[in-house]
Amino acid sequence: MGALETVKSLFTKNLRQSGIYLAFVAIIILFSFLTDGILLRPQNVTNIVVQNSYVLILAIGMVIVIIAGHIDLSVGSVVAFTGAVAGVLTVRQGLPWWVGVLGALVIGAVVGAWQGYWVAFVGIPAFIVTLAGMLIFRGATMVTLGNTQISPFPDAFRNIASGYVNGWLGGNGIDVFTLVIGAVGVVGFAVSQWRSRRARIAYQQVVDSMPMFIGRIVLMAVVAMAFAWELAKYKGLPIVLIILAVLILVYSAIAKRSVFGRHVYSIGGNLNAAMLSGIKVKWVNFWIFVNMGVLSGLAGVVFTARLNLANPKAGSGFELDAIAACFIGGAAVTGGVGTVIGTIIGGLIIGVMNNGMSIMGVGIDYQQAIKGLVLLLAVAFDVYNKRRAGASR
Amino acid sequence: MSDDILEMRSITKTFPGVKALQDVSLSVARGEIHAICGENGAGKSTLMKVLSGVYPHGTYEGEIYFDGELCEFASIRASEDRGIVIIHQELALNPLLSIAENIFVGNEQSSRGFIDWNKTNAEAAKLLERVGLHENPVTRIADIGVGKQQLVEIAKALSKRVKLLILDEPTSALNDEDSAHLLGLLRQLREQGITSIMISHKLNEIAAIADSTTIIRDGKTIETLDMGRDDVSEDRIIRGMVGRDLEHRFPEHTSNVGAEVLRIEDWTVHHPIQHERLVVNEANITVRRGEIVGLAGLMGAGRTELAMSVFGRSYGANITGRVYKDGQEVHLHTVSDAISAGIAYATEDRKRYGLNLIEDVKRNISVAGLRKLSRRGWVNDNEETKVAQEYRVSMNIKAPSVLALAGKLSGGNQQKVVLSKWIFADPDVLILDEPTRGIDVGAKYEIYTIINRMADAGKAVIFISSELPELLGMCDRIYAMSAGRITGEVPRERATQETLMQYMTKVKD
Repeated sequence: MGALETVKSLFTKNLRQSGIYLAFVAIIILFSFLTDGILLRPQNVTNIVVQNSYVLILAIGMVIVIIAGHIDLSVGSVVAFTGAVAGVLTVRQGLPWWVGVLGALVIGAVVGAWQGYWVAFVGIPAFIVTLAGMLIFRGATMVTLGNTQISPFPDAFRNIASGYVNGWLGGNGIDVFTLVIGAVGVVGFAVSQWRSRRARIAYQQVVDSMPMFIGRIVLMAVVAMAFAWELAKYKGLPIVLIILAVLILVYSAIAKRSVFGRHVYSIGGNLNAAMLSGIKVKWVNFWIFVNMGVLSGLAGVVFTARLNLANPKAGSGFELDAIAACFIGGAAVTGGVGTVIGTIIGGLIIGVMNNGMSIMGVGIDYQQAIKGLVLLLAVAFDVYNKRRAGASR
Repeated sequence: MSDDILEMRSITKTFPGVKALQDVSLSVARGEIHAICGENGAGKSTLMKVLSGVYPHGTYEGEIYFDGELCEFASIRASEDRGIVIIHQELALNPLLSIAENIFVGNEQSSRGFIDWNKTNAEAAKLLERVGLHENPVTRIADIGVGKQQLVEIAKALSKRVKLLILDEPTSALNDEDSAHLLGLLRQLREQGITSIMISHKLNEIAAIADSTTIIRDGKTIETLDMGRDDVSEDRIIRGMVGRDLEHRFPEHTSNVGAEVLRIEDWTVHHPIQHERLVVNEANITVRRGEIVGLAGLMGAGRTELAMSVFGRSYGANITGRVYKDGQEVHLHTVSDAISAGIAYATEDRKRYGLNLIEDVKRNISVAGLRKLSRRGWVNDNEETKVAQEYRVSMNIKAPSVLALAGKLSGGNQQKVVLSKWIFADPDVLILDEPTRGIDVGAKYEIYTIINRMADAGKAVIFISSELPELLGMCDRIYAMSAGRITGEVPRERATQETLMQYMTKVKD
């Protein structure tokens, strides 16, 4: 089989997955032109990641919620609430930064357990439970803050969102450490791919041809190193990017390879069949919401740290961005379908569009409308694909 | 010739891959009560759906003459306009609306676009009087029992100036008193000149009320009996229902029966919504190692309900009774309890309860046995693929690969995936609910072979089926159920279709 045909078959075989990557690349190229290259400047690349980090963190939890066939409308309010708790602990009580972080995560978990209880054990639709949560925790935020704002936060706390790992290995204007981390990541990726390829061969399964395999790794390496290069030229490696990378790796693995992840897909794909296959549906649903709560707490910390401010209006509308990221990234409204990596790309598509349009000076009014259209088109594409594939559902 | 209100001539209806009706003819005389009986899946309901326009003209072959005119109904609406009204087994009432609103839904009593409530309720009251239901028309449907709801359905039919009333299993959900009332009402309607067609499994009712009975078997009309003249007994009807040649062949098999594995004692289950209704009534069942035990019964006998309630209480309410596994009493409160205790249940409804259709074959096979493929919560993907491929070969699942979506396979292959799932979970007791429903003859044979293989491997198999020849060909012992009770237990040597059908239609001891 010729290389071209191989590439072609790779795309058509999994158009739904590759479609989102192609769209992402196309949008980056489009906005690079429209912004005269500003989009890809080192500072801007760093900005896109940092600006969207909290929505991406939320989207990771959200996609698991959506795969299981639920929705969570409360995450914006929970971001505000946990941020407020972190503010009270670190600023008003003067406790160390890590107490604030821990407090926010624990409160997030408690909030998640509360919502999970109603969804899983009482059987109230998540839409209702989290709509109520949206109001409840917005109210709780105001009570916690006493209708004022909390600011400024200690530097150690702010570093979580705006700090960089920089200069550990020196470098003249270009941070060597960032490049080393990038290289380590690339090597790690190559090694893990190689090992999984070996395992697949050992189990006598089909694998990509060698040139194809190497091509893919080289492509990944080039993209990753180019990205690291951009970061290194600016301020180095943002701490929040490290957090995000760890989350993506861990949650991709959970979704793909853990028993818990499998159960989530089963529940979303066919609830009755999952129940009759012995899956403890109630507990899985419960933990899905606890997890969402913890990630909301983390997003709350990152957002508060970035703004250097805990305020009662924080996080409003975040739930919609997170949900949009999931659907643009290929999750199905009916549940059972979706990936963590797709969701991240979906979130970045929104991020790049926001950023690009802002640089171009497009008003916030048009931005909203355009984002809405992109969401609609992405899901329409998905529906079209499914119909063409003739999946009997 | 007598005055026929309805004549259906050589109706043939085909579904993809299945001929549901083949050259069926039916004549119904004006003003009679005409019963239709036959086994599950014989084609009774399909025939009535053709008649009432659920399957519109053009989707079937043959002709329908009603009141002497050729009818080509495009929809239910069209047949209702002619005075043909069908009342389905599952009542189609809105529980949150009032009796009057339900009677006139789609036929609202209005003037200038606004509902005339006085007229609605007054008309409803008149209709209720005719069916002998003494309830206020503004009462909500949810607040009256099933028996009364059935009467509301009939009142609704009367409001449409019904000439031919079709009732699909009207008494299957009713208690004796309500059934008697309903049958009395049908007689009354007959006096008013309304013709009825009644599909029923209850032969005593048919014998009591019907003027003539048409028997349908395997999508063909077998005979029409004149109940008055021929002095037709219940046995006579049973013979008509089952009297066919064994058309399927079964693989040769001798079971090697061992010790008792599962015993169910005094198992009683109530309906999950209508708590007062008994669905399974003091059932007792035992199964031994290597044995294939059949569970026969007509629709609504409670076979699936019995199986699912034992399988971790996945059906029913107020369940009482005891389950013994290998002589030890076990308490199976959840499905995972049941699986841990070594029980598996393969559902009769693959698509709704058995498979994740948007997931691949591999993951559908592994889902109930993931514990065996994982360590500390992490699944070994490659091992999983290996297992799935082994099953694809050993069960002869025809799929392009184990990564094909379950929803894209044919019925028979989907069933093999479901069976693979449960065999991989490695149970001691395998409950198979209608494992051959909706699959072709060749695939059936393969499924039979798999079932025999399971029994040979020492598993106890409970085989629920509506096809009697299948049970006779496969099982070592057969229980018959009727109205929630185990009404008979027959060893293979003594089992015939007639004896089973007798037990299956027995109403009370």
